[in-house]
Amino acid sequence: MLAKRIIPCLDVRDGQTVKGVNFINIRQAGDPVELGAAYAEQGADELIFLDITASVEKRATFAWLVEKIARKLNIPFTVGGGIRNADDVARLLDAGADKITINTAAVRQPELVEKLAARFGSQCVVVAIDTKNTAKGDVVYIHGGRTPTEQKTRDWAREVVERGAGEIMLTSMDHDGTKNGFALGITCELAESLPIPVIASGGAGSKDHFVDVFKKGKADAALAASVFHFGEILIPNLKRYLRQFEIEVRV
Amino acid sequence: MKVAVIKYNAGNIHSVRLALQRLGVDPLVTNDHETIRSADKVIFPGVGEASSAMENIRANGIAELLPQLKQPVLGICLGLQLMCRYSEENDTECLGIFDTAVRRFPPQEKVPHMGWNTIDSLKGDLFSDIASGSYVYFVHSYYAELSEYTVATTSYILPFSAALQKDNFYAVQFHPEKSGMVGEQILRNFLEI
Repeated sequence: MLAKRIIPCLDVRDGQTVKGVNFINIRQAGDPVELGAAYAEQGADELIFLDITASVEKRATFAWLVEKIARKLNIPFTVGGGIRNADDVARLLDAGADKITINTAAVRQPELVEKLAARFGSQCVVVAIDTKNTAKGDVVYIHGGRTPTEQKTRDWAREVVERGAGEIMLTSMDHDGTKNGFALGITCELAESLPIPVIASGGAGSKDHFVDVFKKGKADAALAASVFHFGEILIPNLKRYLRQFEIEVRV
Repeated sequence: MKVAVIKYNAGNIHSVRLALQRLGVDPLVTNDHETIRSADKVIFPGVGEASSAMENIRANGIAELLPQLKQPVLGICLGLQLMCRYSEENDTECLGIFDTAVRRFPPQEKVPHMGWNTIDSLKGDLFSDIASGSYVYFVHSYYAELSEYTVATTSYILPFSAALQKDNFYAVQFHPEKSGMVGEQILRNFLEI
């Protein structure tokens, strides 16, 4: 049976991971390559590296880093952050990334999704959607969740599927950072209605939240950052726990 | 050991090379017939679309060369599909090394079949020391039907061939280069055949 995926997300600034990490046997806690390999060894199914480098000049560092990650990792990984066009994507895929993720750029120029799917294949195009529940319903936010748009989340999700997205990474701005659990309603709605996988993101605080996002949220994959980075949840324990609830995971 | 990775207009060649390098083998990525013919092992990778890939390997003569090879050959993903007789993807005649057809998954579940799934009914050298039920990483919308050449099966929507073998020709639908320790062992097994 196809397993539900557990995906740690690593934020990278100027070539170093940002959040503190409590790992044993890591020579350099800030080294994304070492960290990624440690997660792979623990049983992470996939990894996401997001470049949050502020300056455009330093983005070259990231492509170089992606090359180092690709040499080391034996599981799939996705990269994103600041991608504006097809050439940015080509550079990252050539460096060895398996998939890329775009967010603001897709909202700004929706035809970019089509262009990327046609040139590189849908399987490597992950569209990240930041969603917030407002008086107008679930709407899309851009610029790292700072700027609201007029787009309804479900309409935008359907549109990117039609334009050729291979996966959707759905982050709830209401839940992100709260550790109170994933946004089950909108996750379930999209996961059940869309013909492509939905990665749920934002709100993971306990192992039970992962049970809920798979059982009730029907997510295909769940992403988290701090609970993994600070060692609050260890991936092998999490997977054993999920198995007790008859959730199929790779062990 | 001389390992040739066939170069053509397909997507995952770079990651296959990196995976081999992790195992201590530096492969030649090439479409030169003589280099391929004289290699100890040949890997035929691929992520992409069947008809344009066939067109590409017909144009450079790989389509003619590949079925004649005598050393162990490993097809990966699209490589496996192109080694079959026919693919429903744009109604494509393929190499016919495995006399079986490649079909599109019916849309009862999400397609592509993407992620980690288990392999069972494992047969032959490729799966030495691999436990039935091991997880490997898949990304594909088309599958090879079960046949006399099937040496591993996976179920998604329906049971299909996760791996095929006939004589010196081996092929896997999943990506051993992205399948963690299990994938590394399968690649190592291939190199040791």
